[in-house]
Amino acid sequence: MTVRTNGVEGAAESRALVLRKLSKEYVRGKPVLRDVSIAFAGSGLTAIIGPSGTGKSTLIRCVNRLVEPSAGEILFLGQDLARLRGRALRGARRRIGMVFQEYNLVERLTALENVLCGRLGYVSPLRAWLRRFPQEDIDAAFDLLEAVGLADRAGQRADALSGGQRQRIGIARALMQRPDLLLADEPTSSLDPKTSVEIMELIVDLAGQRGIPVIVNIHNVELARRFAQRVIGMTGGSVVFDGPPDALRDEHLKQIYGGEAWL
Amino acid sequence: MSIAAQEPGAASRARPFPANWPARLGWMALAAYTVYAASLFQLTWERFVVGLDNGAKFIGRMLPPLLDKWALLARGLSESLEIAIISTVIGVAIAMPIGLFAARNMMPPWVTWPARGLIALCRSFHPVIVAILFVKAVGFGALAGIMALIVASIGFIAKLFAEAIEEISLKQIEAVRATGAGFANVLIMGVQPQVLARFIGFSTYQLDSNLRNSTMVGIVGGGGIGATLFTAFQRFDYDFVLTILICIIAMIMVGEVLSGWVRRTFQ
Repeated sequence: MTVRTNGVEGAAESRALVLRKLSKEYVRGKPVLRDVSIAFAGSGLTAIIGPSGTGKSTLIRCVNRLVEPSAGEILFLGQDLARLRGRALRGARRRIGMVFQEYNLVERLTALENVLCGRLGYVSPLRAWLRRFPQEDIDAAFDLLEAVGLADRAGQRADALSGGQRQRIGIARALMQRPDLLLADEPTSSLDPKTSVEIMELIVDLAGQRGIPVIVNIHNVELARRFAQRVIGMTGGSVVFDGPPDALRDEHLKQIYGGEAWL
Repeated sequence: MSIAAQEPGAASRARPFPANWPARLGWMALAAYTVYAASLFQLTWERFVVGLDNGAKFIGRMLPPLLDKWALLARGLSESLEIAIISTVIGVAIAMPIGLFAARNMMPPWVTWPARGLIALCRSFHPVIVAILFVKAVGFGALAGIMALIVASIGFIAKLFAEAIEEISLKQIEAVRATGAGFANVLIMGVQPQVLARFIGFSTYQLDSNLRNSTMVGIVGGGGIGATLFTAFQRFDYDFVLTILICIIAMIMVGEVLSGWVRRTFQ
């Protein structure tokens, strides 16, 4: 398994992300990630596919350190994210947006407040408490609500929205950070097929317009083929396929997911 | 078959719901002890009838309620109300940070253990005992009552706050943390929205409870309507006792209605 580095050297200044020998063990001796090394380019959408429990979520949660990696380096914007602590770690998280499988909106806040949560790395607690967000943030939040097609729902509480609407708010919240990287952990797994495609289109369009690279965990191979420029297949905590979607063959899928009856 | 039946979760077709003998023995032991304990106090029917007779005389002396000590009554009631509101506001204000410190999903063990110890200490005595302690410590009057009810409020509210915080959805917190928010911002936008409605519910319930307890701390010298009530008992002014009791019931009911309204507003 060789690490692809195409386009990464040239974009060293850019939004490229490099993982070096990243490992994670929740229980000693049972690694979930085994020495994973991947270089992500500073643009475009990379899909990580693989069966449940294979470390996809752990991998992208290590990037913004919602999960502590056991070993390895996470090189992004000129620093090793794996070494950061406290204020520096929060500073790095501000640069990385994340979209979640179950949306993870704060249910009792309005759509607008949820989008503004994307600015919490910048706004003081007093201002957040009094909801005195800077006017430019409020303008940006309304622009994003418009971009995801929910401008008329700004004042509605998140728990009153449908799944697809919630995920749109989740995308708006992530982009509200003006991130240099967008992580998406199974963003469509809780949604119906039509909504899934709409959500993927929204992610590709909005991140593309802003030149934000996207890493998305997804177990729907068709969606990965359709929207990704690069597919990484993982199984058992290791990368077993890495290439453009056209290169993904049935024998690869057999290796990634095991068995062949489903193909 | 006999081997399979011993495994947990196994059930046979012939007896799908086998008898739970430990539970049956437990219930029987409870019933037997209750009968035995009652026999110790000679709780007989004759004793009950004698008591009823006495009760009828007592109620007879209560009627009609006395209606000419309004000034005394109003002073006692307003003092009880003041004790209840002051102790609830201060108690809840102190209980909020203690409850947060006691929440095991937000704080490390070296913070939660002292906080939990403090809560346990506040809860270990009935408010009457705490009130007696404060009457001895700071003297007769409303101050002792207020301090006793603050302690009771801290014990009750901080424990419920901690439990409410421990039950929040961590997914929502994870998302707020992922934006780079600091701890204070996570509390404000991630934790507070999830627990506010329950906090309001607990606090209004505590206000109800303090309103009731404020009538009681007076009996041991802590000020309020309880002092008036106790004096009336000791002077055998049972008609005035009835007036006081009716007023307390009215006050509690108004409090219930108000707190129910507040809870609905913050749903």
